[in-house]
Amino acid sequence: MGKFDLLDHELVPQFRIMAKEEIEQLRKSLGVRKEDLPWMLKSDPVSKAIGAKPGDVVEIVRKSPVAGRSVAYRYVVPG
Amino acid sequence: MSFYELVKSIKSIRFGILSPEEIRKMSVVNIVTADTYDEDGIPIEAGLMDRRLGTIEPGQKCQTCGNRVRQCPGHFGHIELARPVVHPGFAKLVYSLLKATCWNCGRLLLTNEDVDKYTILMDRYRRKWPQLRLRLADRVIRRASKNTECPHCGEHQYKLKFEKPTTYYEEHKEGTVKLAPNEIRSRLERITDSDVKLIGLDPQIARPEWMVLTVLPVPPSAVRPSITLESGIRSEDDLTHKLVDIIRINERLKDNIDAGAPQLIIEDLWELLQYHVTTYFDNETSGIPPARHRSGRPLRTLAQRLKGKEGRFRSNLSGKRVDFSARTVISPDPIIRINEVGVPIEIAKLLTIPERINSYNIEQVRRLIENGPDIHPGANYIIRPDGRRIDLRFPKDRKAVADAVSIGYIVERHLKDGDIVLFNRQPSLHRMSIMAHKVRVLPYKTFRLNLCVCPPYNADFDGDEMNLHVPQSEESRAEAGVLMLVQEQILSPRYGGPIMGGIQDYISGAYMLTRKETILTREDASQLLARAGYSGELPPPEINEPKELWTGKQLASLFFPSGFNYSLKSNVCLKCPSCKKEDCENDAYVVIRDGKLIKGVIDKKSIGAGQPESVLHRLIKDYGTDVGRDYIDKAFKLFLAYIDSRGLTIGLDEEELPAEAKREVLEAIRQAESKISELIDTYKQGFLERLAGRTLEETLETKIMQELEEARELAGEIAGRYLKETNTALLMARTGARGSFMNLAHMVACVGQQSVRGERIIRGYMNRTLPHFKPGDLGAEAHGFVYSSYKDRLNPIEFFFHAMGGREGLVDTAVRTSQSGYMQRRLINALQDVRVEYDLTVRGTDGSIIQFKYGEDGVDPAKSDHGKAVNVEKIIERVVKAGGG
Repeated sequence: MGKFDLLDHELVPQFRIMAKEEIEQLRKSLGVRKEDLPWMLKSDPVSKAIGAKPGDVVEIVRKSPVAGRSVAYRYVVPG
Repeated sequence: MSFYELVKSIKSIRFGILSPEEIRKMSVVNIVTADTYDEDGIPIEAGLMDRRLGTIEPGQKCQTCGNRVRQCPGHFGHIELARPVVHPGFAKLVYSLLKATCWNCGRLLLTNEDVDKYTILMDRYRRKWPQLRLRLADRVIRRASKNTECPHCGEHQYKLKFEKPTTYYEEHKEGTVKLAPNEIRSRLERITDSDVKLIGLDPQIARPEWMVLTVLPVPPSAVRPSITLESGIRSEDDLTHKLVDIIRINERLKDNIDAGAPQLIIEDLWELLQYHVTTYFDNETSGIPPARHRSGRPLRTLAQRLKGKEGRFRSNLSGKRVDFSARTVISPDPIIRINEVGVPIEIAKLLTIPERINSYNIEQVRRLIENGPDIHPGANYIIRPDGRRIDLRFPKDRKAVADAVSIGYIVERHLKDGDIVLFNRQPSLHRMSIMAHKVRVLPYKTFRLNLCVCPPYNADFDGDEMNLHVPQSEESRAEAGVLMLVQEQILSPRYGGPIMGGIQDYISGAYMLTRKETILTREDASQLLARAGYSGELPPPEINEPKELWTGKQLASLFFPSGFNYSLKSNVCLKCPSCKKEDCENDAYVVIRDGKLIKGVIDKKSIGAGQPESVLHRLIKDYGTDVGRDYIDKAFKLFLAYIDSRGLTIGLDEEELPAEAKREVLEAIRQAESKISELIDTYKQGFLERLAGRTLEETLETKIMQELEEARELAGEIAGRYLKETNTALLMARTGARGSFMNLAHMVACVGQQSVRGERIIRGYMNRTLPHFKPGDLGAEAHGFVYSSYKDRLNPIEFFFHAMGGREGLVDTAVRTSQSGYMQRRLINALQDVRVEYDLTVRGTDGSIIQFKYGEDGVDPAKSDHGKAVNVEKIIERVVKAGGG
């Protein structure tokens, strides 16, 4: 089997590492610490693909059958 | 007497392992005797029931703390084990520790660089991701275990084997050697504190060597009380029995060691001691036989006391018992409102509500006091402002007591009409399983409930019992009344629609009333409306000549609010390819305009329970729960009044088909049979085409099944053609009141194929189902096809096959309920304190985010329009109608 980019697969949503200021804004708007966001392991295939490091926050944009477009965030932790 | 002075609040909890020193420090007696009491029933000194372990008999003073039974908390003793044994609860961790450390120098099998790296990492984890600490510790252990040579002392590391529950072997070249617990303990002792930290333990409170016991704590006697039977024979607790075993073996081991017995004997006793200690902690440890009582019953030791449904947690800590509750059989009452619950007088006289006397209610309350506990609107107790209770059962002259009360007294009065109570039916699977009702005190001994609340409780009246709870404070009553009242729960969050609504006769009645041919005289119409509680004017009659007549639709219209518009297809709709809508000749298209039922019949689709997008649903969404409740209370009574006046019965002769129809049914089945024998022939000749993914035999089976299924459907269709329009069962099936067309076909035409595990019936004898058939017979009759209808009666063979299929259904339901019950329990435990915050995020108790927007769209399904926040079509329809009309 040849190599493929898992981010290209149609079932894989869009991932993006957020900038510091964006994270700060998100944190403020939700009123939480970074650690209170859902976690994602550094060893997750997606983390590896986009090069996320512990401490990063990843934005996920999904197509949702109920909401059309839904945005979620993940806090990257080591492991 | 007061414990309250000692109450402190818990800030944090830290779990650790008891060290031998700690065990000795908290111990009040070293127990060396395996006996409990002597012949006179006096506890033996240094025995398992030593007086210093705490008092258990009333009047006795504790030898340790001097307190009496209630105050003495009990005190621990200890047993000095002659040889150490592994604590079975830590056996697995001990294995990991042994594998990860050097047997010689006791250091972690990692290079200094690695140790430094992991120390730094561990430090960072401790600060930033404390939850991940144990994962890292796992990684450290896994890394270290891989090393076969100690980087510190250079010793070769032997392979270790762990045999459950508590044995460890080392694989030397010469063969495997069993590791004795004292050897294990000394290895664990050698592990340095800094290495222990890397493994994820805190050496201050959990040194590894403490996982191998040298001293065993003996719980206070209050934990394992002995009971005296009527015959005067003392019976000891299971834990005491187990401790007796431990002490007995321990003493024997000690004696043998002192006497210099051979190593073999000592090892045997040692292993026996390990066995007893293991079963003392957990008598269901896998790999060893459970310790048994003399009677053969397995002992209930420490782990068993805590575990499972009957364990300390689920039974004693989570299991709450309450006052002010009642339970009895339920029965239906179509007259009371859906918000009400009928409470028997006898129960109303036992359940009370505390009412504070004020200047407004003092006269009524005085009357209640005079009535006392035995006459219904009465009272059971008076609480004076100083907190003293007066029991109204005893005073001879209650009149005097009534006169003596004044403002500020509290009276515990009987339940009366209109009080708010909580009503519940187990299993409480969703929030509608507990709803607030208003009390209606009634004679007789059952709780009465309106039939429309059966679906949310999933109740029927074949002996169901329900519970009732009386909130005792103003706040709780207000809260229950606003949030939990039945009418507030009509719309279910499970699906966008009303969970309460018409069932069975309500639907039949509504249909019969609203169909075209129903016309009523002034007398009939008035009678029906009176029963429904309608007190307005009769509308102008639809027909004036030859006499005044009203249609059923007119009466049904009276309960819609004016201005209410809606239209839908009813359940009787034939689903024609192109809908003629208002011109439907079956009257199956319901049109309500300005609160008047213009066209269509009311049936399950309009008022049925659990029907989204129904008339009822729209009514509640547009006009609120008060209007919805009122509609159910009144209009539904009209439907019942009509069905009462007409009567709805089903008889044997209604399920009779004309001879002609019977012939047709028979013919349909014969044709299927001949097709099947053709199939069998082609199969036997080897010409059958194999279906993808099936064997030849499976192909044949599927094809036969298909054929028979079609035959049954055809039979049903034929039957349907010949059934009269007036057939009651057909009416109920069409309106959705009860039963399906298939049920009807089973009764009149043909029951059809019986199945077990989704296949035709094949079990029984070798190559045949019953001795009545030839081996290898593949025909329909031989594999559970029932030719007869229920009306025509089944022959014995058919009956037997039918019973086989029926049994499978019963077993399936039994299995499913237990499985889904367990799943429900686990889901509830996992989700119980998840909640939606005001910003529509879903969060756990610590504020951690689980969903960024509830359900991704933030829509409450109970308030939504069939899952969507808005129903654009309906809005357009309404706007257009308003503009055009």
